[in-house]
Amino acid sequence: MSREQLAVQRARKSFQTGKSKPLQYRIHQLKCLQRFLTERQKDIADAVKKDLYKTQHGTELYETLGLEGEINLAIEKLAEWAAPRPVEKNLLTVLDEVYVQPEPLGVVLIIGAWNYPWAITLQPLVGAIAAGNAAVIKPSEVSSHSSKVMEELLPLYLDKDLYPVVTGGVSETQELLKQRFDHVFYTGSSSVGRAVMEAAARHLTPVTLELGGKSPCYIDKNCDLSVACRRITWGKFVNCGQTCIAPDYILCEPSIQNQVVEEIRKVIKEFYTDDPKTFDDYGRIINQRHFKRVMALMEGSTIAIGGDSDESECYIAPTVLKDVTAESKVMQEEVFGPVLPIITVSGIEEAIQFINEREKPLVVYVFSPDNKLIRRVIAETSSGALLANDCLIHYTISALPFGGVGNSGMGCYHGKHSFDQLSHLRSCLIKKLNMEGANNMRYPPHTASKLGWARFLLLKKVNVGRLRRMAILATLAALAAFVVQVQSSLDI
Amino acid sequence: MERQALQRTREVFLSGRTRPLEFRLQQLKALLTMITERQTEICTALKQDINRSQYDTPLLELIGLENEINLAIEKLAEWAAPRPVEKNILTISDEVYIQPEPLGVVLIIGAWNYPWAVTLTPLVGAIAAGNAAVVKPSELSEYSSLLLRALLPRYLDQDLYPVVLGGVSETQELLKQRFDHIFYTGSSSVGRAVMEAAARHLTPVTLELGGKSPCYIDKNCDLRVACRRITWGKFANCGQTCIAPDYILCEPCIQSRVVEGIRQTLLEFYGADPKCSPDYGRIVNQHHFNRVMGLMQGYTAVLGGQSDASQRYIAPTVLKDVPPHSRLMQEEIFGPLLPIVTVSDMDDAIRFINEREKPLALYVFCSDKKAVKRMLDETTSGGVTVNDVMMHYTLSSLPFGGVGQSGMGRYHGKHTFDQLSHQRACLVRSLGMESVNLARYPPQDRKRARRVRMALRSPMIDLSKRTYVWAVTATVLALGLLIALMVILLIAAGLNCTCWYWRGFYN
Repeated sequence: MSREQLAVQRARKSFQTGKSKPLQYRIHQLKCLQRFLTERQKDIADAVKKDLYKTQHGTELYETLGLEGEINLAIEKLAEWAAPRPVEKNLLTVLDEVYVQPEPLGVVLIIGAWNYPWAITLQPLVGAIAAGNAAVIKPSEVSSHSSKVMEELLPLYLDKDLYPVVTGGVSETQELLKQRFDHVFYTGSSSVGRAVMEAAARHLTPVTLELGGKSPCYIDKNCDLSVACRRITWGKFVNCGQTCIAPDYILCEPSIQNQVVEEIRKVIKEFYTDDPKTFDDYGRIINQRHFKRVMALMEGSTIAIGGDSDESECYIAPTVLKDVTAESKVMQEEVFGPVLPIITVSGIEEAIQFINEREKPLVVYVFSPDNKLIRRVIAETSSGALLANDCLIHYTISALPFGGVGNSGMGCYHGKHSFDQLSHLRSCLIKKLNMEGANNMRYPPHTASKLGWARFLLLKKVNVGRLRRMAILATLAALAAFVVQVQSSLDI
Repeated sequence: MERQALQRTREVFLSGRTRPLEFRLQQLKALLTMITERQTEICTALKQDINRSQYDTPLLELIGLENEINLAIEKLAEWAAPRPVEKNILTISDEVYIQPEPLGVVLIIGAWNYPWAVTLTPLVGAIAAGNAAVVKPSELSEYSSLLLRALLPRYLDQDLYPVVLGGVSETQELLKQRFDHIFYTGSSSVGRAVMEAAARHLTPVTLELGGKSPCYIDKNCDLRVACRRITWGKFANCGQTCIAPDYILCEPCIQSRVVEGIRQTLLEFYGADPKCSPDYGRIVNQHHFNRVMGLMQGYTAVLGGQSDASQRYIAPTVLKDVPPHSRLMQEEIFGPLLPIVTVSDMDDAIRFINEREKPLALYVFCSDKKAVKRMLDETTSGGVTVNDVMMHYTLSSLPFGGVGQSGMGRYHGKHTFDQLSHQRACLVRSLGMESVNLARYPPQDRKRARRVRMALRSPMIDLSKRTYVWAVTATVLALGLLIALMVILLIAAGLNCTCWYWRGFYN
């Protein structure tokens, strides 16, 4: 039996013992995960520095802070999320217990990505643990230092059998995907996403796919360009452009293109100094392959800012391309690097058309002071999410479902959404064995009058909440009347 | 379906025709008119397909469908409206909400056992959510699909909701095309193929599949009532229901009483000869007739067992002491055969259920609340009905779907709308207050990091309307009580104390 098969089998056996069912156990594991993040902060930061050249503060800000928030939220809300959820009844079920019961699915496979190796791999794990599942964690081999640290240290904090870490490359992942899971959570590219879903289909395993795409960013000529460009520059060059929700390309009118370029130039200097290469907070491309890929994308386009690079360090300067066309190389695939193309459009109509001609992206960004324009973009385009007048931060709001649509993915997570995504929400109807008379209308031999009763009972809606409130009001009114009566009898 | 026809549907969708709620409401009302006006024709088609009685069709299919359409019409504005969510300190002055949006073109593949309910209920959700939909009814319910093909274009928009007929090869052709969601009801084996085909286009799927739904009868419950309800659920539509109780689990001591209870009920429902009862159905075709008959081979029925191939009639049949490894227990029966498997107690039953694939439904007949709770805690299934069968299907507020091999995704009521929509996260900020953002920009240092940490760790604030109303009401009530208290105190202080004392003493 292969290593992967063994890990999955052990996880399943451990899950079947019912260990992860009690809420206290799940909270305990979540607290251990929390402890892992605080105690091993240095190890995590060192690994990320080696993988992506991120500073410790950067790692904290972009990886562990969000995770800590999610864990705290899960610990605080777990009892509420895992409790039975009553639903609206009808006349037929007014005396019955009707609710939806969240249940664990079983063994979940989490395939992480390399760009935020900790946030992206462990955030689904928070939901998996909270929902009471076992989880096989497969961090990306591309962020090799982080995955090694995860493999070595995570088992020291979490249950080794329920939450095994399996490292490896393409062949190990394929071996894992041959096994049977109860849910597969994949973050990565659309092409691999297809293969993951095909493999899952063989076992009828549901999937959550957090994929990518080219997230457009429309800048209205009437907006405050200095603020807009500041926020866009931040969103684009964080993690050296290797963020799935980074603004991929800009759409704006030709009249403001030069101004946009100038503003971005100013902000780059403010953020990363004149020489980003020597600046701590500017990252690097993850490896040679991606370095070459991103460099190749620049071919054929006019470089307005940056463009320099250093292959030995996998360094690419913050780069802006202007007058890019739809046929340019840089518009054929997701950039996932510090190269920001600007495409000119005649106005909002052409921008919306441009966006709709392409695959649905993970995010659509709009910068405009005009609310009407923003509403129009919302109504006439589709994307995983829409963010107006800022970049990236919808990721930090755990009440918002985070996910894609179409080619950018399926399913969503964050906060309660992770819990729901990795649970089975089981419908429960608890009746009693009495009142059998009420059921007579459904039994054969059928008659027209029986059918009439059935129509009445099934089609009439009953708002139990309102009935209850009316009952309380009636009781209070009766009580008040009683008090008044007693009062008046005392007065006599 | 030709590529051009699908292209046309997509073009019309992209033109935005389905976006206004009025259009969707109009289509839903038209669908409702279709089912109510054409009820007789629908009943006739079903009689020809599956020998369904004229009362069973509205009872089992059409009333539920009407319910769904009425609910969608009533609630559409509410469902399609933006849904505000909890904010945090950073977003307190922003608009944060989830906007439901149409997905695009949905493919609905129906089944033959309830051809109208199973094919049109997803369509209700598709229309409500603003999608276009290609409707592919099952070729096995021939008359119903032909009727649907004839009727639907006369009531609904012909470009947006085309009906495609055909068998396996036409379905495979359809599945090669790209859709934005595929909604399939049918068997697990075909479900696998549907999901594999969908994977090639990264199309999300809802699969309503099947399985063997166990029905556990506790020895201490009212067996007469239990058997009555089980008999109804099992033999309705001649057992061809995805949520029919597939097999019974009970202790050996009550097995004969269970058989007796079922026998009496069958007599009451269908008379001495079910073949002559207008309410008893037939198997849909020869292939399934042979399949179900084959399952019985080698076992003697304790009730029923008769059949007539020319009519595809199989009598309501009960088999007792069925061994767990028998053919009867290897596949979903989907016919009027009810095996009884004996187990030593509830724990044995739980173990039996858990050894098998997760079923679509679980039924438990038991009067002991604690025991029921234990059974539910230790097993899993798509849905559960305790002390009855199938009824969780009738409540549209309960999500209906399977888990594991019995399916993925769910629908009914608002759940259909949500399943066939994209829930788009929207955050609308303003370009002002840039100073608040300073902490997140490079260069990153300790002070900035601390500020960000504080902001991100702030508790979430629920600024939804309901909380606002509650807060205002609570404040008003509290003030009211405070004033009342002060008034009482003033009165008590103002009045002569001995006056009260005297009253109380002498009354």
